[in-house]
Amino acid sequence: MERLSMQGISKAFGGIAALRGATFSARAGEVHALMGENGAGKSTLMKILSGAYHHDGGDIRIDGTPVGIHTPQDAISRGVSVIYQEFSLARHLTVAENILLDRLGRQRLIDHRALEMRAAELLAEMGFPEIDPRGTVGDLPVAFQQVVEICKALSRECSILVLDEPTAVLTTYEAEKLFALVGRLRARGVCIIYISHRLDEVFALCDRVTVLKDGATVGTWPVAELDHERLTNLMIGRELSDFFPSREAQIGPIILELNQLMLAPGAPALDLAVRRGEVLGIGGLVGAGRTEVLRAIFGADPIADGKILLRGQPFRPHNPGDAVRAGIGLVPEDRKQQGVLLDLPILTNALMTPVNPHLWRLGLLRDRRERKAVRNLSQSLRLKAASLDVEAGTLSGGNQQKVALMKWLVSGCEVLLLDEPTRGVDVGAKVEIYRVINELAAQGTAVVMVSSEMLELIGMCDRVLVMHAGAIAGELAGASLTEENIIELAMGREHVH
Amino acid sequence: MSTETANLQPAEQRRRGMIALAWLIKYNIYVMLLTLIVASSLLSEHFLTVQNVFNLLRQLAPLALVSLGMLLVILTGGIDLSVGSVAAIGGMAIAMTMPAMPIEGAGALVFCVLAATACGVVLGAVNGVLVAGFGMASFVATLAMMTMARGIAYMLSNGQPVRFPRELPTAQILTAFGAKGVPGIGLPWPVVGALVIVLLFTFLLRRSSWGRLTVATGSNETAVRLAGLPVARYKFLAYTICGGLSALAGILVTARTAVGTPVTGAGLELDAIAACVIGGALLSGGKGSVINTMVGVLILGLIGNIMNLMSVPAYPQQIIKGAIIILAVLLQGVGAAARQRV
Ligand SMILES: Nc1ncnc2c1ncn2[C@@H]1O[C@H](COP(=O)(O)OP(=O)(O)OP(=O)(O)O)[C@@H](O)[C@H]1O
Ligand SMILES: [Mg+2]
Repeated sequence: MERLSMQGISKAFGGIAALRGATFSARAGEVHALMGENGAGKSTLMKILSGAYHHDGGDIRIDGTPVGIHTPQDAISRGVSVIYQEFSLARHLTVAENILLDRLGRQRLIDHRALEMRAAELLAEMGFPEIDPRGTVGDLPVAFQQVVEICKALSRECSILVLDEPTAVLTTYEAEKLFALVGRLRARGVCIIYISHRLDEVFALCDRVTVLKDGATVGTWPVAELDHERLTNLMIGRELSDFFPSREAQIGPIILELNQLMLAPGAPALDLAVRRGEVLGIGGLVGAGRTEVLRAIFGADPIADGKILLRGQPFRPHNPGDAVRAGIGLVPEDRKQQGVLLDLPILTNALMTPVNPHLWRLGLLRDRRERKAVRNLSQSLRLKAASLDVEAGTLSGGNQQKVALMKWLVSGCEVLLLDEPTRGVDVGAKVEIYRVINELAAQGTAVVMVSSEMLELIGMCDRVLVMHAGAIAGELAGASLTEENIIELAMGREHVH
Repeated sequence: MSTETANLQPAEQRRRGMIALAWLIKYNIYVMLLTLIVASSLLSEHFLTVQNVFNLLRQLAPLALVSLGMLLVILTGGIDLSVGSVAAIGGMAIAMTMPAMPIEGAGALVFCVLAATACGVVLGAVNGVLVAGFGMASFVATLAMMTMARGIAYMLSNGQPVRFPRELPTAQILTAFGAKGVPGIGLPWPVVGALVIVLLFTFLLRRSSWGRLTVATGSNETAVRLAGLPVARYKFLAYTICGGLSALAGILVTARTAVGTPVTGAGLELDAIAACVIGGALLSGGKGSVINTMVGVLILGLIGNIMNLMSVPAYPQQIIKGAIIILAVLLQGVGAAARQRV
């Protein structure tokens, strides 16, 4: 007996179909993966299930009975809990209030003590007793915010749990805890729907997989019957010959150098050099200080001590504008808050740099020229969007990431800093992004890439620096660039050559 | 050993300095309030007299109520520009209903107050429907209401102040309420009334689910909606309550001045917004506290009071007031920046 069955679901946004008769069903006590390219309609399908969107056609059954889900309340009362891809947290409220938000609506006066105790219980069950239920959500690191989001979904008695890319912002450590929890829920008979672009997670965790493509269902298979290659093929509808395309770049002279750079008084001094045409990776756990290094180079954070040399000249950026004018670009890790302007069209987002080369004199815009440049770019990135004039916020998560990357490709830069460039990006588009990185390197751009995906570091980078607790723990290249060595260094263990 | 301590001392001193600075920034509005009080008492011997302080508080009671209403709306991420006009209607309504009542005395007054407040509630509810129901931008909806309500206020009396017979028993109770204070202590009754309401809302915003969800709505509307909660209701209620509080403020003005005038509350919306902002409220919603807003009201009132006592002319007063608002918000900005780098 299927716990959930969705038949012939269709949904259009302003005349553009996001779902065309998609079919999906899942059983109690299974972890069911929902896979597909960016913009395939995975999140939309789950938002229909949760009552966040209305569907235009099709029917939904839970335990065989047709259910009309029109509002989030309908879905919650039928035991559907969703962890959304975009955070839906009230940043100014406490952890406890966020976790038990819907419970607040059912009381008149709040018993804060009881609320905090219940939240603490849920956090402990999830394996994070270190998160204070009284803390303000906005002050937590992103990974912990995600944990709060998960606890919020678990606070309700749920029989269907949807996780939309829950691990995108988690490190291995937190993800392991999540997987253990998912295992426990499965044993309790909860029907779990799991969306992720990380194939190995899907193979490790899931029982069956349903693939969506362009808003329609391709099919459902037991995971055991598939392998990486076949699943990729089903998702993107073509063979992926080489996952990490080869690069023909001439490694040139050093362009950027950090000399005993200290981010805070007393912090470890950092030394780093990157050459033209080189792709330098930075690995390590979340919180190891990788993002902070990029932000300091970009002038977004102050520097306590030490020097930055750009093209051999001392360079001291006071704000990101300085860095951009000096030819440095940054794609930040938190695209919702920092990477894209969700309310503005794609075109504006792509041209949002102080060094737009398509500007007319006096800073006037030249629409036709810009449009053409951006259109070419979006084609080469396989951006899935109705037009360049739609708001970036209406794009699927992975496509937003491509928009965040686009502005540096338009303006062109000599040093490109990438913070988790392929987070939430599907396998096909990842290869496109890798290809773009390679092209840039071939043109002589120096690329510094922070990534938590070790295979990506190994596949893409000439050299990898691994950070631990704010310091550079070691450098890996060539034959020593292996997963084991990265982990060793990232965990702070002594590296043996 | 001696070199060590010599090395440590500056670092330790710096650390203490940082802590003191952080503390100053965190409690900047209290520091500002205290500074103003001390400065005022030094500048004028008339300032720290019971008479002056109570008068000042009596004059501030209407602003306190309006700022409270404004804070509720700001917490949801909106703004209400119509508060001043609605206050005028409240003040006119009570002045007009009292003589028209067939009965006289306390019972009649209660009825008139309820009726006048109801006028504000209705106008606030119209704002609420426009914003929460039709999704209109709050700035636009309440701007329209601001001019409409002012127009109604003028039309009610052909632009004339509404006077009422002083000897009417109902009116006598009202004006006594406006002019007198608690026997023995002398704390003005309007202040007592405003204080009760302010404390009630402090409690509700902290402890009631309505209060927390109003804040949550301003912080992240989607989150509240996806939790299956009625976002529109919280917004609607904020504007409605704001309307009611504004009308009450108008009633207090009429009680104090013994006349209902259609010009009451002109520019009140700006003072109310200023009080919220000085109190640290975020205009984007989700953050703000009742107590701090009341401190904001006191700061605004003190600035005006001390300048009057020192007979600073009206026009420079406005400049100084604006400068102090900027200073207060700048200090907060420094505090926010110190806590969270860009
Ligand atoms: N609110 C919206 N308004 C307009 N279009 C939308 C909206 N939400 C989604 N879409 C469109 O619907 C399509 C499906 O988007 P959806 O978010 O479901 O993709 P997804 O499969 O979750 O992708 P990803 O892996 O990138 O998260 C996309 O083309 C997207 O642009
Ligand atoms: Mg999605």
